[in-house]
Amino acid sequence: MRRAEKWLFAGVALVGLVCLAWLIVAGVLLWAVLDPADWATVREALGGRAGLLIFLWALALVPVSAVLRHLIARYITAPARLAEAARLRLDHPVDEPLQADGSFETRQLAAIFNTLIARHRQLQEATDERVAEASRRIELERGRLAALMSELRKSVVVCNLDGRILLYNHRARAQFRRLSGTAEVTGGAELMGLGRSIYTVLDRRLVGHALDTVRRRLDSGTDSPAAQFVTATAGGKLLRVQMSPVTETVDSETEAPRLSGFVLLIENITDDMRADAEKDRLLQSLTEGSRAALANTRAAIEILADGEVDESMRERLLGVIHEEVTGLSERIGQLSDSSAARLRSRWPLEEMLGSELIDAAVRHIEQELPLAAQRKGNGEAIWLKVDSFSILQALAHLAGRVAEAHGANAVELRLSRHSERAALDLLWKAATEANGMDANWEDEPMRTGDEQLSMSVNDVLERHGGTCWHESANGSEHCFRLLLPLAEPGEHPGSQPRQTRESRPEYYDFDLFAITPESHSLDDTELGALTFTVFDTETTGLDPSRDEIIQIGAVRIVNGRVLRQEFFEQLIDPGRSIPTASTAIHGITPEMIRGQPDLDTVLPAFHAFCRDTVLVAHNAAFDMRCLQVAEKRTGVVFDQPVLDTLLLSAVVHEHQAEHNLEAIAERFGLAIIGRHTAIGDAMVTAEIFVRLIPLLAEQGIHTLGEARAAAQKTQFARMRY
Amino acid sequence: MSTILIADDEPNIVISLEYLMKREGHEVLVARDGDEALAMIGEHHPDLVLLDVMMPGRSGFEVLKSVRADETIAGTRILMLTARGRDTDRAKGEALGANGYVVKPFSTRELAEQVREMLGDD
Repeated sequence: MRRAEKWLFAGVALVGLVCLAWLIVAGVLLWAVLDPADWATVREALGGRAGLLIFLWALALVPVSAVLRHLIARYITAPARLAEAARLRLDHPVDEPLQADGSFETRQLAAIFNTLIARHRQLQEATDERVAEASRRIELERGRLAALMSELRKSVVVCNLDGRILLYNHRARAQFRRLSGTAEVTGGAELMGLGRSIYTVLDRRLVGHALDTVRRRLDSGTDSPAAQFVTATAGGKLLRVQMSPVTETVDSETEAPRLSGFVLLIENITDDMRADAEKDRLLQSLTEGSRAALANTRAAIEILADGEVDESMRERLLGVIHEEVTGLSERIGQLSDSSAARLRSRWPLEEMLGSELIDAAVRHIEQELPLAAQRKGNGEAIWLKVDSFSILQALAHLAGRVAEAHGANAVELRLSRHSERAALDLLWKAATEANGMDANWEDEPMRTGDEQLSMSVNDVLERHGGTCWHESANGSEHCFRLLLPLAEPGEHPGSQPRQTRESRPEYYDFDLFAITPESHSLDDTELGALTFTVFDTETTGLDPSRDEIIQIGAVRIVNGRVLRQEFFEQLIDPGRSIPTASTAIHGITPEMIRGQPDLDTVLPAFHAFCRDTVLVAHNAAFDMRCLQVAEKRTGVVFDQPVLDTLLLSAVVHEHQAEHNLEAIAERFGLAIIGRHTAIGDAMVTAEIFVRLIPLLAEQGIHTLGEARAAAQKTQFARMRY
Repeated sequence: MSTILIADDEPNIVISLEYLMKREGHEVLVARDGDEALAMIGEHHPDLVLLDVMMPGRSGFEVLKSVRADETIAGTRILMLTARGRDTDRAKGEALGANGYVVKPFSTRELAEQVREMLGDD
C-alpha cells in the first residue's frame, strides 16, 4: 500500500499547496485592489488572526486527505488488487472467483475476468479429455491388433526397413522355435524377438530383392503390391514368404506412398512339399512301372492270338502273362496300402475332441429341429480330424429325416473307436412302423430347415475319407453310423498346457518403425535407443576361476521396455558337485541339474541370444569374469559392452550406503520375485535398469559412453575378481 | 448243384466269372445292374451272389441293404467284389451284412476256394 500512501501524500500536498496558493493570490489581489487606507484597516482586522487562517488551512487539509484516501482506495488500489489477483490466476488455477471492491467499473472488470477464467478452464478440460480419449482409442486399437495378430494361424512378422522385427505373433514365435537349432535351450528366442534382425533367418539379398519388387509395384500403383519367394533355411526347412509393404500416409495424392517397413507372412511348406513329392513319386512308379509289365503281357497275347504257336511256346507265353499280371496286381496292392495312409484330404480338417463335437451336435440338433438330443455313453478321449461344420450339417440333415420319416422325437449320439477310425453314431427309436428306408438318406442333397444344399452326407464323408451307413438291429432301433478319421497323436492343439498369462504378451513395439540405422558408434547412442540383455548367473560358489555356472537367466530391454516374454532361462550341468552352502542360496539341487545340457551347449545359445546387444548385470564384474573363464573352454567370446547396475546405482544415489539388489529394489519400490534364481534376479535388475536411465539423464548422462565413464569413477569400480 | 448269381456291369469280368462258376459245377445267372440283381434274387433265390459294389443305378451296398431288409431273401449269401481298395468300403460291407469281401484284382483260385467254403457251411 505504499504506493497508495505516496499517492495520498502527493494528493494532500497538492491540495494544500493549491489552497495556500489561492490564499496568497487572494491576499495579493486584495492588497492590489484595496487602497492603502483600506489595506491598513484589513490588516488590522486580520492582524493577529493570521495564525487562525493558517490553522483553518491546516484543518481543511484533514477532510481533504480523508476524501482523497477514500478516492484512492476506490479508484487506484482496488483495481491494483484486482490486477494482482488476476495475474496470479494466469499461471495457476485458483478455484475462488475474483472478488473486487471499489468502483462499479472495477467490479464489472472482476466479473468479466471470472468469466474468462472459467471459460479458459473449460476449454482446457475439454482439450485434455479429447486427448485422453484419443489415446484410449489408440490403445484399444493396438490391443485389438495385437489380439488379431497373436491368434492368426499364419506367422506374421512386421519389420522396419532395416529388417528389425517390431511385431510378431504367437504362431511366428512357435514356428521360429522349430527353426532354431538351439531350440531346447533358447526356445527360438535368439531368432525371434523385438528389435532382432530378420536377416538371421532370411537371406538379406532375397529380402532386398523382394523389397525392390514391392517398391516398384507401389510406385506403379498396383492394387496389391506384394512379393513372394520361397527360401530354404539353414536347417533345411522350406519357407514360403509373402511380403507386403507398410506405407506411411502421405499428404498429397499424386505422390506414391512411401515405404516404412514390410509385413511378412511366413509358411513352412517343408511338409507340404514333401507330401507333394511323395505323391508324384507314387504316380510315377505306377505309370512308368506298369509300362514294362503291360508291354510284356501285350506282346505275349498278340503272339498267342496269331494262332501258329506250338504247345511249349504257348505254355511259356501264358506263363509270362500270368507272371506279369500277378506282379502288377501285387504292385498295385502295395502302392494302395502305402499311399492310403499318406494321401490326405485337401479339405481343411481340424483336430477336435470327440466330446466337443458331440456337444456341438447336440446343441445344433436341438436348436434346429423339434428333437431332443443327448449324448450316449462316455467314450474315452477320442481326437477326431474333421470339418466340424459340415459334420454338423450332415447330422442335422439325418436327424431331420429321422424326425420326418420315422416320427422319432429324440436321438442319441455316441462316439466309439472302430478299428483305425472313429464311429459317430446317430441312434433313434422309430415311432412308426418302419418299412425300411426307401431312399438313401446319405445320397440325397442335405436339407436344413428351408435351405437345400448341393452336398450330400456321402459327399461330406468323402471329404473326410470316411463312409457312412444305416444299420438296424430290429425294425425299431436304428443306428446311422459315420466313420470319421482320427487325429494323429501328438498334433492335438490343446495337448500342450496353456501357459497362464496374467497379461497379454506384448509382441509389438511400433516405435521401432522410426529407429534409423546406427550411423554413430555404440558409445554415442542414447541409452533409451539401445537394446540390452540383462542377465544373471547362479554359480557353485564365489570364485570364478574355480566355480562353475549352473544357471543363466536373461531378459531383453528394447526401446526402454522390459520384454518379459523374451527371456532366456537355462539350468546347466556343471560336471561337478554343488556345495550345500551354495544350494542354500540359490536352491539349485543336483537333482535339478541332472539331464540338463552342459556349458558347451548352453553358452553358444546364450551368445546368440545376446547378439548385437549391450549386456547389463548387477555386479557385472563377477558375471563377466565367469564368462571370460568359460571362454577358453567353449571358445565363445562375449565382447559386447557391459553396464553394471551396481555402479550405476552408486552414480545416481551416491549418498546411499547400500547398493545390493534388495536395497536398490526397495528404493525403487519394486517387488522381488524369485530372488536368487537367475531369471528372477535378471528381471529385477532389468526393472531397476530402466528406472536408472531417466535418473542418469537428470545427471547429464545420456549415452552409453557417458554411462560407462561415470560408472568407472565410482568406488565399486575398483572391485576385481 | 447250387445257383450262383453274378451281378456286375463289366462284361470283361462276367465272362471269366461265369466260366469259372460253371466249371465248379454251379448254375449261373447274370445281372447287369443293381435293380436287375435285386429282382433276380427275389425271383430265383440263388445260393450265393457275387455282387459288385460299383454298379449303375443301385450300388452293391444298396442291393445288400435291400436284401438284408427283406425277410424272404435276408439269408442269401453275398460275396462282395470291388475295384475300390478302401478299408472304409470293407467296413461298410461287413457292417451291412456281407458274408465276404474280395478286392480286385483277385486270384481265381482263391475266389473259387472262398465260394466253395461259403457254400460248404449250409
